[in-house]
Amino acid sequence: MTTTHAKATSGETRAWRSAYWRWLVEPYFYIGPAVLTIVLVMLVPLTIGISYSFQSISLLKPFATSWVGFENYAALWSDAKFWRALGNTLRWTLGSLVFQFSLGLGLALLLNTTFPMKRLYQALVFLPWAVPTFLSALTWAWLFNPVIGPLPHWMAALGLLSEPYNILGDPALAMWGPIAANVWFGVPFFAITLLAALQSIPAELYEAAEIDGASAWQRFTKITLPFLAPMIAITVMLRTIWIANFADLIFVMTGGGPAASTEILSTYVFNTAFRKLDFGYASAIAVALLLLLLAYAVVLLWARRRFVKL
Amino acid sequence: MAAIRQTHPLLRAAKGAALFFYLAFALFPLYWLLKISVTPDRLIYSEGTALWPKTTTLDNFRSILFQSDFLSYFANSVTVSLGTAAATTLIAAGAGYAFSRFDFRGKRIVIALMLVTQMFPLLMIIAPIYKIVAAVGLLNSLTSLIITYTAFNVPFATFLMQSFFDGIPKDLEEAAMMDGCTRFQALRKVILPLTLPGLGATLGFVFTAAWSELLFALMLISKNDAMTFPVGLLTFVSKFSVDWGQMMAAGVLALIPSCLFFIFIQRYLVQGLTSGAVKG
Repeated sequence: MTTTHAKATSGETRAWRSAYWRWLVEPYFYIGPAVLTIVLVMLVPLTIGISYSFQSISLLKPFATSWVGFENYAALWSDAKFWRALGNTLRWTLGSLVFQFSLGLGLALLLNTTFPMKRLYQALVFLPWAVPTFLSALTWAWLFNPVIGPLPHWMAALGLLSEPYNILGDPALAMWGPIAANVWFGVPFFAITLLAALQSIPAELYEAAEIDGASAWQRFTKITLPFLAPMIAITVMLRTIWIANFADLIFVMTGGGPAASTEILSTYVFNTAFRKLDFGYASAIAVALLLLLLAYAVVLLWARRRFVKL
Repeated sequence: MAAIRQTHPLLRAAKGAALFFYLAFALFPLYWLLKISVTPDRLIYSEGTALWPKTTTLDNFRSILFQSDFLSYFANSVTVSLGTAAATTLIAAGAGYAFSRFDFRGKRIVIALMLVTQMFPLLMIIAPIYKIVAAVGLLNSLTSLIITYTAFNVPFATFLMQSFFDGIPKDLEEAAMMDGCTRFQALRKVILPLTLPGLGATLGFVFTAAWSELLFALMLISKNDAMTFPVGLLTFVSKFSVDWGQMMAAGVLALIPSCLFFIFIQRYLVQGLTSGAVKG
């Protein structure tokens, strides 16, 4: 009697221990390394970065580090270059996004039809997405160069330019260079995402609409677009944030010039940290950018809840 | 019957034109890169803008490979990208498995943390990272790059791995555990072989991401012998800005690894996303 009882208890303890191990300890064994890496390499530096924005901290003046409160932000408020960069960020993001999205949607619709050698075609048109960004930037910078690139000559022949010169050196036009590279690089991303959404629309809907005599345009506006809308909303929102943060193309193609005409907030952060080595001010710009993006996301989520019933 | 449905010839022509436009738009810049890289130096100024040069040469590739530091940049980039891909995939496989199979306390917080890291401007941490790396004496070392890139890529790779694990039925490892395996043995012997394609895709994604990273590498590496390919190429461009042929030959070489991985993963791209869209 006692022995069986003892056995049962130890069995229970073991079962309890194993459940304890399986549900309370084991998960953290698998997730631990990931959490540790992210916290140590991203979240701790992020906190330090925010604290930098309240300090005067510059590698050029290593012994003059001190807390300055909101001084960096006050300087930012009266910094004409910051406001200019803010305007440029809007132009850059909007210009890239409009073309990436409309061309990406067109490509997705094309790829959702049948035609010969489609798999090969798909691999080839998605190729720009695999090209390293620094290389996309250099390639497009070279295409715009009148010595070795064809684009200035073509644009001059079309009457867009008075003579074949490098638009990357023209403050009025320079922003279109990085935008072109960004569109080239970003169209496959939109096409892939939208194609995935297109393929999830049930084919019966189109068949039924066709039987009811709906035209191709009606099918597009009444079935395709409403089905794509949620995917479009979330993709555009995430992509906007990503593009606004994306400094590589501009940094390589123009470095923010000429005359700061292509300086966006993220290149301003990088140029301030990398060239001027002024970490305090760079962090203040970065925090401002983060707050702007947060505000944008909140507004967009609010608008989505308010106006789109999904 | 749908197959013999007539399409208007004008519509068909428009579709053909659209297909051609996208193909030309996607490939022309790469074609141009290749074209200039095989154009002999003496012809660049006279025929720089012709569609194909009269004569071609591989001299540019030869001098890039044997008379410059590009082989060492290439080797550095391979080390960094492979190291990052291996470390990230290992860490992300664990985390993705935990997300897919366990319901644990703090799961939502961890997911939220990972999403946060995807939203904030990475440049925010470039200054602190520089300070930390300098403080531990790892400036100009490839290790510092591998560690930072691994952290950058873990969140996305985790979500990717989770979707692959979600596609494998739970019953499989439960059966193995019933037969006396521990969970880890079941994972290693039963689940791992099934997720090899997923591991491969994750390796490929992370490899290409690490291969193209520029700004952190610029900040953390300043010595020539530790430069990765992007940093080396950019330094080359700003130093010898008229050696067009050589620069583009280097560009073509930089393209090769990414393209190889892309050919490998592009099969999974649309499939993976499509199944995700159907499920979610």
